[in-house]
Amino acid sequence: MTAPAIELKGISKAFGPVQANKDIAIRVMPGTIHGIIGENGAGKSTLMSILYGFYKADKGEIFIRGQKTEIPDSQAAIAAGIGMVFQHFKLVQNFTVLENIVLGAEEGAFLKTSLGKARKLLKELSEEYELHVDPDAKIEDLGVGMQQRVEILKALYRRADILILDEPTGVLTPAEADHLFRILEGLKREGKTIILITHKLREIMETTDTVSVMRRGEMTATVKTSETSPQELAELMVGREVLLRVEKKPATPGDVVLEVENLKVVDGSGVERLRGISLKVRAGEILGICGVAGNGQSELLEVLGGMRVGTGKVTVNGQQIDLTGTKSDARTRRKRGIAHVPEDRQTEGLIMDFFAWENVGFGYHDDPRYQNGLMMDNNALREDAEAKIKKFDVRPANCWLTAKNFSGGNQQKLVIARELERNPDLLLVGQPTRGVDIGAIEFIHEQIVALRDAGKAVLLVSVELDEILSLSDRIAVIFDGRIMGERLPSETDERELGLMMAGITDTDKDHSVKDIEANLAKAGGGSR
Amino acid sequence: MDKLPKWADVALIPAINLVLALIVSGVVVTFIGQDPFEALAIMVKGAVGSTYGWGYTLYYATNFIFTGLAVAIAFHARLFNIGGEGQAQLGSLGVALVCLSVPWPHWTLALPAAIVGGALFGAAWAAIPAYLQAKRGSHIVITTIMFNFIASALLVYLLVSALKAPGMAPESIRFPEGARLPTAREVFGFIGIDFARTPMNVSFVVALLACWGLWLLLWRTRLGYEIRAFGHSERAAVYAGISPVRITMIAMLISGALAGLMAVNAVMGEQERLLQDNVLGAGFVGIAVALMGRSHPVGVFIAAVLFGALYQGGAELEFETSVPREMIVVIQALVILFTGALDGMVRGPLEKMFLRFRKRPAPGVAAE
Amino acid sequence: MNYLDLVQILDSTIRLSTPLLFACLAGLFSERSGVFDIGLEGKILISAFFSAAVAALTGSVWLGLGAGIAASVVFALIHGLASITFRGDQLISGVAINFLAAGMTVLIAQDWFAQGGRTPQLSGSARFSSIDLPFADALRDVPLLGPLYAEALSGHTILVYAGLLAVPLTWYVLFRTRFGLRLRAVGENPGAVDTAGVSVVRLRYAAVLICGVLCGMAGSYLATGLAASFTQNMSAGRGFIALAALIFAKWRPWYALGACLLFGLLQAISNRYSSIDLVVIEIPNAFVLALPYILTVVILAGFVGKATPPRAGGEPYVKER
Repeated sequence: MTAPAIELKGISKAFGPVQANKDIAIRVMPGTIHGIIGENGAGKSTLMSILYGFYKADKGEIFIRGQKTEIPDSQAAIAAGIGMVFQHFKLVQNFTVLENIVLGAEEGAFLKTSLGKARKLLKELSEEYELHVDPDAKIEDLGVGMQQRVEILKALYRRADILILDEPTGVLTPAEADHLFRILEGLKREGKTIILITHKLREIMETTDTVSVMRRGEMTATVKTSETSPQELAELMVGREVLLRVEKKPATPGDVVLEVENLKVVDGSGVERLRGISLKVRAGEILGICGVAGNGQSELLEVLGGMRVGTGKVTVNGQQIDLTGTKSDARTRRKRGIAHVPEDRQTEGLIMDFFAWENVGFGYHDDPRYQNGLMMDNNALREDAEAKIKKFDVRPANCWLTAKNFSGGNQQKLVIARELERNPDLLLVGQPTRGVDIGAIEFIHEQIVALRDAGKAVLLVSVELDEILSLSDRIAVIFDGRIMGERLPSETDERELGLMMAGITDTDKDHSVKDIEANLAKAGGGSR
Repeated sequence: MDKLPKWADVALIPAINLVLALIVSGVVVTFIGQDPFEALAIMVKGAVGSTYGWGYTLYYATNFIFTGLAVAIAFHARLFNIGGEGQAQLGSLGVALVCLSVPWPHWTLALPAAIVGGALFGAAWAAIPAYLQAKRGSHIVITTIMFNFIASALLVYLLVSALKAPGMAPESIRFPEGARLPTAREVFGFIGIDFARTPMNVSFVVALLACWGLWLLLWRTRLGYEIRAFGHSERAAVYAGISPVRITMIAMLISGALAGLMAVNAVMGEQERLLQDNVLGAGFVGIAVALMGRSHPVGVFIAAVLFGALYQGGAELEFETSVPREMIVVIQALVILFTGALDGMVRGPLEKMFLRFRKRPAPGVAAE
Repeated sequence: MNYLDLVQILDSTIRLSTPLLFACLAGLFSERSGVFDIGLEGKILISAFFSAAVAALTGSVWLGLGAGIAASVVFALIHGLASITFRGDQLISGVAINFLAAGMTVLIAQDWFAQGGRTPQLSGSARFSSIDLPFADALRDVPLLGPLYAEALSGHTILVYAGLLAVPLTWYVLFRTRFGLRLRAVGENPGAVDTAGVSVVRLRYAAVLICGVLCGMAGSYLATGLAASFTQNMSAGRGFIALAALIFAKWRPWYALGACLLFGLLQAISNRYSSIDLVVIEIPNAFVLALPYILTVVILAGFVGKATPPRAGGEPYVKER
């Protein structure tokens, strides 16, 4: 019997009082694709960081091809034949592809020979695995899909035969993701072992041979993919039965609340991020915007929320709003009844070092209720905060804790409480459930639907197609700063939306990955 | 997650850092052939052993409160204003111009005018780096350093040309009698206490008011809320409708104004004329003071008094032993090093200690 | 002003540029690796003192040079400890190092020599002697170029030529060697270097050490070449001018040479003339002295080209998943 490519025994790791990994055991046979699935914070990334020498396990043993192996640093991991493709690429932006690949694996002290040899080997590798990429292109000029390829090539160049990919499809279109999985299949045929970390059930079902489920730092099960179902995996992940769809009544749209005409945004480096967006959101409906990250959806939320300037015409309840002048700031938007749950609660929605009560006033700190002459009325703010924390069941219900002491879900509840309790006419909401545990996801979805049912307009941006499909009453697809089209959730599916997200309108035909990539490259979908 | 209880963060760590700085200083003193404990005794006695010592200690402390608050408010907006020195130099110019331009009848009139003059000039000198940071992203640390040198060149030039008093020395003429501030000796004498003749003057009260004012501003007003929010996260500030340009400008203007106010004490209260350098490094001491005081007005006050005592004690040390005044600069450097840059050296182990401490009561966690 | 005046100004430009150049290249290595260093000034000063002191005590300028470099390296290691190992604030550490040098030099000078914070005058083998370039005498009489070669270029100490050679050497190391590739990478994205199996800490320490050595040479030249003793605070802001030159040069070696020569020229001019009479307007000396700082602010303001520092500069590296 062949030895497993990787075997972990009793791996435990604690960060202070938090047990990130607890007695993890896993066996991955060579030439297979093994999936690791779990919620955010389940300990997947910690486990992989231990395998790649970033953290040292408190307890446990690692066996590579049957050999007990110590992995104190990344160098040891590379020497053991482990390659890692991180969720956030580890590339030097102003270096060429070749320089990035050679970095750390140079041959000799002088670059000339190293680069020459690498160029040859790179050519062989890219032909062998269909990983074509221009060796002299600068990373900053490449799209995300291409950058990911560079990361894979980096690992192969280092002769990795165990490849770990951490959430590799987060930034890819469905078609790009399919291509990635074909590459992985090819690698598998060559005898490489692949570990795929993801929270997407579909990817696990379609690509892996075996799958392990993690929950709260523990490995709850390892099963053959062919012998399980998405429903079972979801339950194993969460530890109870899960509702995969949101319960909601059909929408009863009223008057137009938000009307956007020919909205354009140019970013700091002169790149046009929005190239003329037009859309309408009515009272009592949720418009979902889906697209590959970096195609302008963030800019759309930001310009509507008053975080950046733009040109065009935007009206709310028939009144035009200022897009460039002194009244184009977020403060004025709030006064006009626009609430905003931002995409990134940790750097935008909350001040992590402020107390919960201070955060409940954030953005509304000039509300007359919180003022007392020239000074702020901190008592009034605190009382208000306590009420909101109670109503939205934020735990722990202590307004004297700083925001960083709350879990992701409870931080998001703080933001939702603050924004929804203002009873806005229009809610802008970005990635409402990113990094939020499943229990809180349900609660947050219910709150958004409740706001819609109360006759308010909601503009939802999310990279999770599932979320878009289940929450929205209408879906608009954004690509390269333009709206590609609108669909009703009942009349579309992931495949069609995926093609539209890659800028393809005639979605009836078959399209090759090459077309899609060409399209995405045309959009300058450079990394952001 | 908070890794340390608040009291440890606010008091214990600065205290440990200070002790470390003093231990290393003691080693240096030993190295140059002096008994560190004797040196410490001389310094303490010199600084707080008499009204004379106290007078000088608090005179220096007044300077450091202003420059320390200047650095502190900028820190709250996550701006490192290293240009307190230049802003205080310009503040000197402002105070001097105010004092020289009007034949002041009484100090009660001259003081408010000088406060305005010093603050305005100090703020103006901070305005350009602030604007360049806010609008063009020029690194404020570098620009304020450059502005220190430019300020000093400007004063050198003015004191050999337009503002030069007759005679050889590059200095201005004396301020009029009506611009003289009451000293501590006069004030205490008024209530019948004999206080030694020192440069300590009513500016000390102004400094205390500045501490209180800054505290109110930071924790009781909307502007302070916005400055602190901006300092923690610029993107969050934009999200909340707080203008980064506005906050950067305001925080730096206040910072420059506070640095400029130092001149009320040093130029108007002590020198009574404009010199090429009235600041004598106080702008830089402000960095140490703000770091040690954790950018809190109360902390800044305590740290400023400590540094005032250090300066006065150091002067006595030079007088009584062969240890030169520069010993103060070494101690100051060590304080900045330990509290500002090597903070992690103490913090890391301390956090581990407290975590272990906390772990114990938690049930269900297996002990090693 | 005649031609010989000009040659003399160029001669002193080269001498005054040398400490700036060493310090500027020192900063280049450090900042290219992602460690900001506003403590160049302090390292120059401590090296100047130990160079002069050891040269005075032993009579050997080479031992002085060694001592200066050693002292500067110790200070560089303190900066490394604070900013790399303990992930402290690099700017604050730099400030501390400047003060530490300012205080320590006088303290030790007073203890060793008791001459009010100075060292004794250096002479003979305690200073570097000047080197005549080949054919300097023979070419002296060639019109125009002769005096330029014999007076301005020839007749400097070995450190001046070392400084000039350091420029192409730095360029080569940075852009043609493995070390240079890694160094540039770690200043742009330390995560990439770390995951590639190269130690970020070791690379940054290497850069900081090189920075220490080069600052040591700057200080040593200052006290034993440009001057003939250590005097209190003799670095007089040169570390900051070098920093300005580094920004001016946009962190590139050849540009650094240009910037340092320019700033050296400004110093040479202001040393020679108390003011410059430009017929219409008289430029005061103070302005010429302040010009490097003003120019740097203009560059930083982005009115003349944009200076983009290394992307990871100033940020301590923390491993993240």
